[in-house]
Formats: sequence, C-alpha cells, structure tokens
Amino acid sequence: MSVETIGKASATMPANQKLVIADCDIHPSPKSVEKEIFPFLEKRWRDHYQTYGMLLRQPYQAGPAYPKGQPDAARRDAYGPNGEKPGSDLEFMRKHHLDRYNIELGVLNPLKSGQGLQNPDFAAAYCKAINDWQIAEWTSKEARLKGSVCLPYEDAILSAKEIERRAGDPNFIQAFMLIRTSEPLGNRRYWPIFNACVEANLPLAVHAFGFGGTPVTGGGWPSYYTEDMVGHSQSAQSLVTSMVMEGVFERWPELKLIIVEAGFAWAPALSWRLDRIWAQNREELLHVKRPPSEYMADHIWYTTQPFEEPDRRGHLKDIFEWIGWEKLLFATDYPHWDFDDPTRIPLPRATDEQKQSFFIDNARSLYGV
Amino acid sequence: MAKHIAAKVMDIPPGERLSVEVQGRKIVIFNVAGEYFGLRDACPHMGGLLSEGVVIGLVEADRPGCYSYSRGGEIVRCPWHGWEFDLRTGKSRFDPNRWKTHSYDIEVGDVQQLEVETVDVTTEGEFVIVNL
Repeated sequence: MSVETIGKASATMPANQKLVIADCDIHPSPKSVEKEIFPFLEKRWRDHYQTYGMLLRQPYQAGPAYPKGQPDAARRDAYGPNGEKPGSDLEFMRKHHLDRYNIELGVLNPLKSGQGLQNPDFAAAYCKAINDWQIAEWTSKEARLKGSVCLPYEDAILSAKEIERRAGDPNFIQAFMLIRTSEPLGNRRYWPIFNACVEANLPLAVHAFGFGGTPVTGGGWPSYYTEDMVGHSQSAQSLVTSMVMEGVFERWPELKLIIVEAGFAWAPALSWRLDRIWAQNREELLHVKRPPSEYMADHIWYTTQPFEEPDRRGHLKDIFEWIGWEKLLFATDYPHWDFDDPTRIPLPRATDEQKQSFFIDNARSLYGV
Repeated sequence: MAKHIAAKVMDIPPGERLSVEVQGRKIVIFNVAGEYFGLRDACPHMGGLLSEGVVIGLVEADRPGCYSYSRGGEIVRCPWHGWEFDLRTGKSRFDPNRWKTHSYDIEVGDVQQLEVETVDVTTEGEFVIVNL
C-alpha cells in the first residue's frame, strides 16, 4: 500500500487550453439592490421599488414563470466563498471564471435589470441605474469586462434616450434587451431603438427570456420549464422573421443584431424557408428587396450557449458553415446552470483560424475592441 | 490494483461526500448509510464537479401523473446541467447504456463518455481506502 497526500480537488484551468476567449454572455448580479442599485435610483423610484416591487408583464406576479434547473438558475459551485450570490462578487468571478478560462473579453448582460417592467418610467429609471452600476461595480474595476446598455425596450423613445446617453462610452459595447417582446420586434413601435443603435454604432443584443405578456410558445403556455427553455428558439425565429419582413435591415443597413442564448442550428433552416415563401409572395413585401437569407447573413450574429449537442458533432460542421464561422460567438452564460465550458463543447472539427475566430476574433471584430 | 489512503472514515459521515485527489485523479467519495462509493469527480458532459452536486433519490414515472420515489441518497445530480448519476454504478440515469453503443462508433474522439469512472472504495480500520 502506498500512502498519498490527502488534498481537496480543485478546479483549475485545463492544461490543454491555450486559446484566448471572449465570453459574450456573463450575468452579473448586485449583492444587494439596496446597497448597489439604490445609489443610482432617485428617491421616487427607491420608494416605488419598496412599495410596489418590480412588477413584470407576465401572468405570474412574482418570480419566474417557470422553475429553474438549479437554485438562482445558477451553477451550484458559483456561490462566493462567503455565500455571495452567483455572479455578484468580482474577485470571485475573476478567479472562478475569467482567469480560469483565459477570458480576455467578457460581455456583461445583466438580467433583472428593469427590462419588462409594467411601469415604463420605472423600467427606464431602473435600466439607467443598472447601467450606472455596471460601470461603478464592474467595468471600472476590471478591464476585461464590458457593459451592455440595458433598454426599457417596450418604450422605444426612452430606450433611444438611454442609448444616446451611453453613446461613445467605452464601458459599453452593445445595447441589450430580451427576446420575448410584447409585439414582434420588427414592429414600427420599436424602430427608434434600431435608429439609436446605428447612430451610436452599437450592436443590438437580444437575449433569451423576457416579459412580453404573450405565451412563451406559439401555441400557448406550456406546462414545464424544459418547454420554456426550448421556447427561446421559437421566439428568436419569430423575432428574426419579423425584423426581416418589416424591412428593418433594409431601413438600417448598418444594424447589427446578436441573438443571445436562443440556439443557432435553427437559423439555416429558417433562412431557406423564408427565401422560398418570400419568393412566392414578393408582391406582399415590396420593401424586402433581397432574399431573407441575405439579410440574415449580413446582419445577424449568434452566441452559441447553450450549445447544440447532436450525437455526432460532425453534424454541426454543416451548421457552422451554413451560418458562417464568422457569425458565431462563444458564450458561457456564467454563472448560470446551463453554462458551456469552452474546452468541452462539441465544436465541429475546425482549423486553428476558425477556432480563433469563434473564440475571440469574431467578438473583437463585431465590438471593435 | 494499488491501494491509496484517501481519507479518514470520520471525514465522511453518512450522507456526506468528500472530494480528494489521489495520484492526480480527482475522486469524490460518498458515504451512503455506511456504504462508500467513489466516482471520478467530473461530469463526463462538461466537467462539473460532482462533489458539488446534490444527492437525491430516484424519482420515476411509469406513465404521466404516476410517480415513485426510491433509493433515497443514491443519486448525485451534477451542479451544472443537472445530469444524474447512480452512485453505485456511475452510470448516467438518462442514458446508462450509451457508452456501450458508442464503443462501436467509428468516429474516433467524438464520443461523449456517459459512464463516470468508478473507483473501488473499502475501509480498513479508521481509513477509507481507494483501490486504483
């Protein structure tokens, strides 16, 4: 019998990972709304928060409409050393995530950020506070992290004002909203958002979830969280279809759209279907001058978490090529439970250049950083 | 099979688990009512530490709306994506035989191993022994 030293196993960066990583979906949270967000809210809205709370446009009064896969929707190992909420402690995030995976660029996508609140003025005030908080607590302290301009997107005028306020501020690299809007996003009521994004030279990221008040599937409210989870790709397809068919990309040729956390394997099939139906009904859509697939190819990027996991990763090779390696952005969704590990996702066989573009260069080029 | 001291029995009370490193291998040892089970401390999916997972029972449904609960304390759920593993065998709950199927797959290197490596754990006196 040989005697070995007893040591606790610890997570360390895999030795075989040499790549520099851009993580295009990190979720920071305040340790405490009162301590971290209130300093950026007027007294009137602090009182509102304490009296009325954050009422969302959804059929459930409080909390998520569906339960989550893990508590706080988080990896169970993502709580800080003193029990800090997942994603709430910068020092812990550095060690646990940024350093471990060699992440050079991390895009902060705050949730519970005031988006989707029923009161449009409160939504705008809270989003502004969250944006100030990103600078104060994150981007000013950690150069690898960049912020997102959270938008009170159901009010496009107030959203455009928030984009204008942040235009040119290097703390922010995209405008940010959620995918389940009250109406399909190509609708003209949202157009001021697109105009402001183009004026400010900010891509628009649209993240899974949201509180549009409509059912989370095209066929009504499902029973289970699993159905909620796969519903995001439905929502994304409706959103993309709407933006193409309403002529948004024709109207704003410089607009860049990022679909975050809603899958990507559906995109090629959608583009084929749209092209066929568009050609058959061109008279209805005179403002859509090019085949829908061309607008999608020119304007849309996709973050890949949660990664598609077919039995044979070879199947993904075609998907990557159909979409284009340059349009896919790696993301982890840290600290959430459905996290993707850059060393473990079933990436299709790729050249070093393709890997480099997927893991870092696409993001650098899209965001200009 | 070489034997290595991994921990003391008192370090792992019933219902508890301990993550250890033996010869560079991360191993998690579970004490289920006095029985010890060792698993490789990494989910074969994406590498989540199983030692951080909750230990649950086996909930099954023979048909919709008809549930049964058994084997309390014998299943660990990955702290990341929730994959469940049988502490006794290391096999995944959702597809315990997939490894066998994939052993015949001709795509070398593409197989996601679903069977966690199990390690024989015994006790000798006050010591918990891992048999590698």
